[in-house]
Amino acid sequence: MIAVIDYGMGNLRSIHNALAKVGGNPVIISDSNALLDADADAVVIPGVGAFGDAMRNLAPFADGLFDLVNSGTPLLGICIGMQVLFERSEESDAAGFGLIRGDVVRLPDGVKIPQMGWNELTLRSDTDLLAGIDDGDFFYFVHSYYCVPEDERVIAATTDYGVDMAAVVEMDNIHAVQFHPEKSSRKGLRILKNFVEKS
Amino acid sequence: MMTTKRIIPCLDTTFDESGKAVVVKGIEFESLRYAGDPVELARRYVEQKADELVFLDISASTDDRATMTDVIRRVADVVTIPFCVGGGIASFSDFERVLGAGADKVGINTAAVKNPELIKEVAGTFGSEKIVVAIDCKRRFEEGDGKTAVELEDGRSAWYDVVIYGGKELTGIDAIEWAQKMQDLGAGEILLTSKDRDGTKDGYDIPVTKAIAEAVDIPVIASGGVGTMDHIYDAFVNGADACLAASIFHYETYTVSEIKEYLRGRGMG
Repeated sequence: MIAVIDYGMGNLRSIHNALAKVGGNPVIISDSNALLDADADAVVIPGVGAFGDAMRNLAPFADGLFDLVNSGTPLLGICIGMQVLFERSEESDAAGFGLIRGDVVRLPDGVKIPQMGWNELTLRSDTDLLAGIDDGDFFYFVHSYYCVPEDERVIAATTDYGVDMAAVVEMDNIHAVQFHPEKSSRKGLRILKNFVEKS
Repeated sequence: MMTTKRIIPCLDTTFDESGKAVVVKGIEFESLRYAGDPVELARRYVEQKADELVFLDISASTDDRATMTDVIRRVADVVTIPFCVGGGIASFSDFERVLGAGADKVGINTAAVKNPELIKEVAGTFGSEKIVVAIDCKRRFEEGDGKTAVELEDGRSAWYDVVIYGGKELTGIDAIEWAQKMQDLGAGEILLTSKDRDGTKDGYDIPVTKAIAEAVDIPVIASGGVGTMDHIYDAFVNGADACLAASIFHYETYTVSEIKEYLRGRGMG
């Protein structure tokens, strides 16, 4: 069972459908106690809302999330769900989970913000999550901030939008993508399938 | 590398006499032709690598709204690309309704003119990236006090009037100023339809597309009048971030993949 954390910021229908489509068994978890009891094989933090609101609503899930991550359960953070894994963001005073060291900063001046549309990946490492993904494949992005990991080695793929930024970050059982795989057609589904297969 | 130029098929959907949801397309403003089942067409366009999909509820009656919400839900379930829903969006609760049915973005048109503050409210609640303001416009050749003059292809000058209720009512609002105002209130994108071109297959209205793309910093989707792949190329080189089309896809004049291939051949994307 894949726990999809519902932190009350929007509709989770497309991520739920996409995970089911690739063979996963997604269950939307809206209650932090349910996450502790769920015995999840994998966890997804979907991407909805802004950093501050997301952290406030995610706070009750922190214990459950840390338990799962510490026990090696695969975690996938999508978009804002990626950004909350970092220590802090320029978007808000709220602290992130700090599971990955580094900051979330605003996209540079001179580009349209938010980045909204399809952009291509440049792969840095050959990970299981990126099996079947090629350099130059396009994914759908919607964001105004991006992650800057302290340790560059956790960056598995980048994308260029006014700045060469981390698009995929992986550290042990923690995986995070800045784009929306559930909205990125066949290649996005492939990434979700690769993730489901880890669980 | 910037984000790619998007190709967006549009599903204008209503109900036929038997109450079944159908995609239709008006030819030259008049008769509606049945073009197919919305779920099947959506599936086809995802398969053809469309970048995004727009669904417009053009059913006249508000009684049908609940049934149409079910149709939106069924389309959303097969769409693995961004999905925008418009048509009959008049209130905050309409935004909640279609986002809840699985839309990623919501298009709003007449209601934005009637109540501009609604844009601010929904952008603040749901995020600008979910708000697409549709602007329908028509060329006006009379003198317009303080209106933005745009030079047309033939050298004449016109200003563009925002029209509402599907083009039936002129508002006297300058379309270029209106686009800027919508951006300031929190619109995430502009879906621009020239009623002079809609249904003609003569090509997008390039002068107004260019003028609005230059006047705002948010993406502009060109709509209305596409007949050939060259028209799409033209809109992109003149500032459009995306091109919307309906009948050329429904009647299989071109596939999305063919258009992308063509644009690549001309050094784009």
